[in-house]
Amino acid sequence: MADYSNPEMLVTTEWVAQHANDPKVRVVEVDVDTKAYEEGHPPGAIAWAWNSQLCDTVIRDILPKRQFEELMDQSGIGKDTTVILYGDNNNWFAAWALWQMKIYGHKDARIMNGGRKKWISEGRELSTENKAPSPTSAYKASEADLSLRAFLPQVQSAAKDGRTVMIDVRSPAEFSGEILAPPGLPETCQRGGHIPGAHSVPWGKACNDDGTFKSYDELRQLYGAEGISSGTPVIAYCRIGERSSHTWFVLKYLLGIGNVQNYDGSWTEWGNLVGAPVERGAVAAAKA
Amino acid sequence: MKPENYSERKVDVNGWEVHLTTYQLGEKFHCTADNVSPGANLARVAADSREAAESKALERATELLSRTKRREL
Repeated sequence: MADYSNPEMLVTTEWVAQHANDPKVRVVEVDVDTKAYEEGHPPGAIAWAWNSQLCDTVIRDILPKRQFEELMDQSGIGKDTTVILYGDNNNWFAAWALWQMKIYGHKDARIMNGGRKKWISEGRELSTENKAPSPTSAYKASEADLSLRAFLPQVQSAAKDGRTVMIDVRSPAEFSGEILAPPGLPETCQRGGHIPGAHSVPWGKACNDDGTFKSYDELRQLYGAEGISSGTPVIAYCRIGERSSHTWFVLKYLLGIGNVQNYDGSWTEWGNLVGAPVERGAVAAAKA
Repeated sequence: MKPENYSERKVDVNGWEVHLTTYQLGEKFHCTADNVSPGANLARVAADSREAAESKALERATELLSRTKRREL
């Protein structure tokens, strides 16, 4: 991990095992499948549900600042706590949680490389204990750093400016418009395809088979082929913003790209927008 | 408890590639099925044997995948 631009943003499964009882560390599981934690988790880990605890449950938005502060307090997290995030699907929603923690200015949040998959495949201890941490109080989040987040007007401008590289991290079939949602999941948009000019780089291209991230050189080659270098403005999107937070993490912290935003409105916004331009096909250009 | 007998394999379900992950935890076998591209979870089940767990997971995955329509481009 030493070659990454910010190697401190990743920890190994072994590191997590060694810090199970470290009072300065809070390990948090964030899964797509919110039942996975109950099946068994690293001893001492707590869980956050992405669909109820990491979003505004009334309007479509990330967690409001006050609720973010309450979640940190309930989770026993102070401003100086080292938070280790991991989860299923190679850390999709762990990256989503980390993205929000960075938006609200938490200094030390990291990802367990390989996520839940690697922990289990290595045969590491799984606990079914669900012990609530001792709550802290008065966590003060920073004002939201919106430089990490892209909203629709910015994406519309970026689609025209010719400088910003738009990365569509969905599967090639979603990118082309052949399917409207990941296979087996409900269709959540009116139109299929992609934002005109977007480059298809499926999120999984950044991962090894064991769930860990590819090497710095491999990642640099992967994204460099799309014209991304350290000074390139980049916007990543997917369907609802979690897969693209994974790519956002890779670009920002592993490759050190300075100006990367996650467009969490993603295809469920663009693909439902009246009058929005849509490009379809281009299967050959999409990397299988 | 520690997970044992971990395995992964890919199977084709009506033209969709499905990734099965199975392991034993205590006396139960746990199996998850997810679609290979892009990797979303389709099923999570537990059963008394590997075969039963994988069969149940595939059954659920097949049901969900049958709802996905491919469109002409």
